[in-house]
Amino acid sequence: MTTLFTNARLIDPSKLTDEIGSLLVQDGVIAAMGADVTAPEDAEVIDCGGKCLAPGIVDIGVKVCEPGERHKESYKSAGLSAAAGGVTTIVTRPDTLPAIDTPEVLEFVERRANEAAPVNVMPMAALTKGREGKEMTEIGFLMDAGAIAFTDCDHVVTDNKVLTRAMTYARSLDALVIAHPQDPGLSKGACATSGKYATLYGLPAVSPMAERMGLDRDMALVETTGVKYHADQVTAARALPALERAKANGLDVTAGTSIHHLTLNELDTSGYRTFFKIKPPLRPETDRQAMVAAVKSGLIDIISSMHTPQDEESKRLPFEEAASGAVALETLLPAAIQLYQNGDLTLPELFRAMALNPANRLGLPSGRLEEGAPADLVLFDADAPFVLDRFALKSKSKNTPFDGAKMQGKVLATFVAGKAVYS
Amino acid sequence: MTFTQKHLLGIEQLRPEEITSVLDLADEYVDLSRRDVKHSDALTGLTQVNMFFENSTRTQASFELAGKRLGADVMNMSMQASSIKKGETLIDTAMTLNAMHPDLLVVRHPHSGAVDLLSQKVNCAVLNAGDGRHEHPTQALLDALTIRRAKGRIQRLNIAICGDVAHSRVARSNVILLNKMENRVRLIGPPTLVPGHFADMGCEIYDDMEEGLKDVDVVMMLRLQKERMDGGFIPSEREYYHRYGLDADKLAHAKPDAIVMHPGPMNRGVEIDGEIADDINRSVIQEQVEMGVAVRAAAMDLLARNLRAARAPETAEV
Repeated sequence: MTTLFTNARLIDPSKLTDEIGSLLVQDGVIAAMGADVTAPEDAEVIDCGGKCLAPGIVDIGVKVCEPGERHKESYKSAGLSAAAGGVTTIVTRPDTLPAIDTPEVLEFVERRANEAAPVNVMPMAALTKGREGKEMTEIGFLMDAGAIAFTDCDHVVTDNKVLTRAMTYARSLDALVIAHPQDPGLSKGACATSGKYATLYGLPAVSPMAERMGLDRDMALVETTGVKYHADQVTAARALPALERAKANGLDVTAGTSIHHLTLNELDTSGYRTFFKIKPPLRPETDRQAMVAAVKSGLIDIISSMHTPQDEESKRLPFEEAASGAVALETLLPAAIQLYQNGDLTLPELFRAMALNPANRLGLPSGRLEEGAPADLVLFDADAPFVLDRFALKSKSKNTPFDGAKMQGKVLATFVAGKAVYS
Repeated sequence: MTFTQKHLLGIEQLRPEEITSVLDLADEYVDLSRRDVKHSDALTGLTQVNMFFENSTRTQASFELAGKRLGADVMNMSMQASSIKKGETLIDTAMTLNAMHPDLLVVRHPHSGAVDLLSQKVNCAVLNAGDGRHEHPTQALLDALTIRRAKGRIQRLNIAICGDVAHSRVARSNVILLNKMENRVRLIGPPTLVPGHFADMGCEIYDDMEEGLKDVDVVMMLRLQKERMDGGFIPSEREYYHRYGLDADKLAHAKPDAIVMHPGPMNRGVEIDGEIADDINRSVIQEQVEMGVAVRAAAMDLLARNLRAARAPETAEV
């Protein structure tokens, strides 16, 4: 099966180019690309009409609520939501009920994912049993069963000895450890960032310094153990120097941030709007701008959706009691395009952070427009305007902060290994 | 009409002239409360429900008395005891209550923003009787009335608020009100209890009590919650009293005619010396309680007028 995409704006995150050209897909793999590509006569031709063709998004940190809370999100609904959002690989979180911390649970998850999801699903497993921070999981068995990385998600392993041992053991297997940089003592009970806003609204708040302290601690342990480390979300300007130092010292460290921390700030939660309650809490505008600059410079490597489905019941509560998190698989790309339309980041820079870098970090061949790479592609119109209706989302949960937002950037089609999974 | 609010959720939503209109009407209700026959028909036929999700004796009694003196049918619901324990959500509770057609709903809740959320789900007037550490508007209004009656004005005064500002909705509402009315507000307390972010709200911050009290017209003391005293926020009760308890020596730094206020209930010997609290020349603490009933009556009266005006067109069409 051969497909030729013609007249496309090819968004190449490796060369950071954005040029009109054609792209040839043969047997699910990119066979050729460029200004003049010759295709066999029997090739199906798709005229992209000058719209953007980019590598499909690789999204690290997607919560699918299986096992435990399938009413919030199943592999099927998450997969359809991903496909509609141009996300071709979801890297799923183990913070389910129960946690994905044994090969047996992981196998259940993989079976469900393969049956139901139209996109690639790469599961992560917990770093410690039950995400309790006491004993490491069977990292070797879990890797054999397909775990792509190890994380306790938003649970911080507070016992330094436990974390050091888990990191040391993970290093012997070349496993990637993903952590949530945060000082859990300082941030206990907080649901906002400390400052004028939280003071005025009377919300328990945490200083962004807690994030830097968490990152500082983790960097010391990475230096001790030599483990491959990724910080799931860096969201505060104060944490950036620690990251910069670690990278300059040659530690094997990468960092991500969430699309919400790049496009929203703490004022968006005003009026106690719980759909904007996420973890870490939204920051002041100065932090948001610093995060955008850090993505541009490459200091922050990866943008994630941090897709976290929550039902209405867990959100329609007083702010302090309401659950954290937002669904974002379908809004990741349009929200990112805001940054492009604002002139903050180019499309190749965005896809470097949303596709190439995460794929590289996980050792995946996807996330790039190169000969031999899997034809995981998204075709989108970066200018098409729309008003987001949360009830039109494919996700089972509708807790998006972008309800009613005027956005630009519509996904026209999504392809996984050359096959259309959304159009 | 000056007062245009549908609910009284916080001081933040009020314009200065609305604050003045509440205080003016409250002055009239002070006279009512001092008469032999303490009754008016302002709220006759209306149902007032006091819904307290957090313990309260004084505020609830004050609202109840205010409603009864104005002729409302008053019902008290203590919510810790009932549906919360059965797992009912706040919104379900609100909807259930709304079906009983209350006209005035007085709500206290331990979480900031909860009263706001509830007000979106009912079609009656909602009064915030304290939400978390966010706002307690009737307390700020009764404090303003007390100050205005003692000082003759509620503008251009130096006012010190002392103690546990961080966890206090009384402090927040007072800061907002006093700033709106163009006063100078100082916050005094240990930095663990007075976050520096209040400086962004136009306050001057002091951790030295004597320095902070210098030449103030009004000293407002805040209650120190027992659970903050055990080394978490301050080292001990006795060290706190030594540094921040209001006694005659510290009060001597304020203006000679400065008044002393406290929202109650007081911890004598922790934040305030008993003699100061009882000094009829300085303390207006008992007057605050009296003003509380009048201000709550005024607020409910004004909200009821707006409620009736909003409902009037519907009845006219029938």
